[in-house]
Amino acid sequence: MNKKQKNLLIRIIIAAVFFVPLYLISEGFVSVGMPKWGLFLLFLIPYLLVGHDILRKAFNGIRHRQVFDENFLMTVATVGAIVLGEYGEGVAVMLLYQVGELFQSYAVGKSRRNISDLMDIRPDYANIEIDGVLTRVDPEEVEIGSVIVVKPGEKIPLDGVIVEGTSALNTSALTGESLPREVSEGSDVLSGSINMTGLLKIETTTEFDESTAAKILDLVENAASRKSKSENFISKFAKVYTPFVCYAALALAILPPLFVMVTGFGMGGHASVGSLWGDWILRACTFLVISCPCAVVISIPLSFFAGLGGASGQGVLVKGSNYLETLSEVKVVAFDKTGTITKGNFAVTAVHHSPIDEAELLEYAALAECHSSHPISRSLREAYGKHIDPARVTDVKELGGHGVTAVVDGRSVAAGNSKLMRSLDVPYHDCSHVGTIIHVAIDGAYCGHIVISDELKENAKAAMAELRRAGVEKTVMLTGDAEPVAKKVAAEVGISEYRAQLLPADKVSAVEDLIKECRDNRRLAFVGDGINDAPVLSRADIGIAMGAMGSDAAIEAADVVLMDDDPMKIAKAIKISRKCLGIVKQNIVFALGVKFLCLILAAAGIANMWVAIIADVGVMILAVLNAIRCLFVKNL
Amino acid sequence: MKKTYKIDVDCANCANLMEDAAKKTAGVKDCTVSFMTLKMKVEFEEGADAAAVMKDVYANCKKVEEDCEIYL
Repeated sequence: MNKKQKNLLIRIIIAAVFFVPLYLISEGFVSVGMPKWGLFLLFLIPYLLVGHDILRKAFNGIRHRQVFDENFLMTVATVGAIVLGEYGEGVAVMLLYQVGELFQSYAVGKSRRNISDLMDIRPDYANIEIDGVLTRVDPEEVEIGSVIVVKPGEKIPLDGVIVEGTSALNTSALTGESLPREVSEGSDVLSGSINMTGLLKIETTTEFDESTAAKILDLVENAASRKSKSENFISKFAKVYTPFVCYAALALAILPPLFVMVTGFGMGGHASVGSLWGDWILRACTFLVISCPCAVVISIPLSFFAGLGGASGQGVLVKGSNYLETLSEVKVVAFDKTGTITKGNFAVTAVHHSPIDEAELLEYAALAECHSSHPISRSLREAYGKHIDPARVTDVKELGGHGVTAVVDGRSVAAGNSKLMRSLDVPYHDCSHVGTIIHVAIDGAYCGHIVISDELKENAKAAMAELRRAGVEKTVMLTGDAEPVAKKVAAEVGISEYRAQLLPADKVSAVEDLIKECRDNRRLAFVGDGINDAPVLSRADIGIAMGAMGSDAAIEAADVVLMDDDPMKIAKAIKISRKCLGIVKQNIVFALGVKFLCLILAAAGIANMWVAIIADVGVMILAVLNAIRCLFVKNL
Repeated sequence: MKKTYKIDVDCANCANLMEDAAKKTAGVKDCTVSFMTLKMKVEFEEGADAAAVMKDVYANCKKVEEDCEIYL
């Protein structure tokens, strides 16, 4: 609690201590035989104590021609009640109103802190060695190429490359991933991660403003200023609602008693003309109490803010409440293939028809290709996995477009495509698998082939199933790859449609076609790795960039940024948005519903001021608590 | 030109009022106030003097919500 809140709390407590015995006396539960004017003066003590700032604000509002705010409403309603002799009600309304204000201020402050803790990646300082002494400096002052020292437990202040040391990094604030990431010399590290175990020396590659931490902070801080339709609706609604209720209250205070007086109809229930007017004016005051729009006005942005915060805690950065809203309406998801569904790195996926041990075959192939820097050779070496001694390899001949021949451990090895086999007159088996096929012949005899293809991400299939469960009706894969590859990948992960052999420009038109097919609020999301998808990301209703850390274009073009490569996060993002929007709708319907109900009851004279203020504060508290539920999205 | 200012205000509706008041100030092209992050983002008209405009914005905001603060 801050000073302002503590101050208010003390005022509320003291006022309540005064109020309770006074109320009991005024209602006749305790009889002390006090005159009415004495009671009035005593009631003024708690009233002014708890409400003096409201009265002053209302007065200033009128002076500045800004009449219809909640201070004005509360002032008119309570003063009205007190003038009519309902001292207890008048003071109670003010007291409970302030309780509501205090709760609201506390809850909002609390969730504000919770959410900023989730995104606590702002580095406070960087350690730089100056003349052999470690000095703390502002990260903004560190130039590119400086070497900074990060001790265990400290936040990495700037993006860079490790030049000395090994450690494990906690990147959960960036990616939502709780497993630590092992890093050593030469690893790229991102600002905002926390160094857990070892001392690291890092050569910086960015200035602070360009670093990952600064960009993410910027993105998150701006997210709340992109307002959703619901938020705009509520702020427009609040503008109309309050004046409307005020005029309605005025009408309620004047028209019915006037009608009764003129026609003489319905006078029966009232002893005098004075009590007739008093009754209706009190009803009008009750009206004013209900007219305070705060419950709705606070709970909607709070829900969105909590939703954005909860999502970013899971490594899903949504760039604005409006995108959260659109995301919840997503029914069609289009994917880029490479880097989104597949890992984008080529790896050995199968070894076929090998008369010798598969590992041995891989060893020969890897050795034969050991001098090549081609991605295929690299994946062979990775599949082999052990240290390669180049001394075992002699007479390497690279035959462009065919493959390699070499002498390995004294045996002649040929590794390459079918053309190479044909030119060597070695009979070979074709492969039914899709991908790049490396045939291997040792000493002129066919020894099988190795299939190299892009690997699917481990949980790509599970991610698609999860998306369907989250209510996505159609999944489409867009790829520049050949038809057979696309078909196979689509079938394997369970994507309903695919479009193959698309140039980047074709992807945009494919997405446009898909958007045209979508009807009535069914939105299309495009998921890409952000490297060459920027135009498509911005064309789709919602552009989702994956594994986007460090890719500026993606962060720029996308509306939702998934911090890590995990495709499961797509469904998660959609579920978070659905939950958040669900809560927003609940709050709108609940808060407005209760208000309208109370307005009707008050007009009919059924609900008195007590009901009105308890409904007002109660609705606000429930709506705020409900809004905070948006923060809890971990187990969605 | 866009600038972001830290603000302090107690209620969400007051934040909306501040946004309206700032929008109506001469020299301000657009403005968004986020109650949740307590930030005011102001887009100024071409050639407007940000410091002078913000003074007016501050005065206008004070009129609609005296309990507000803009950290200039």
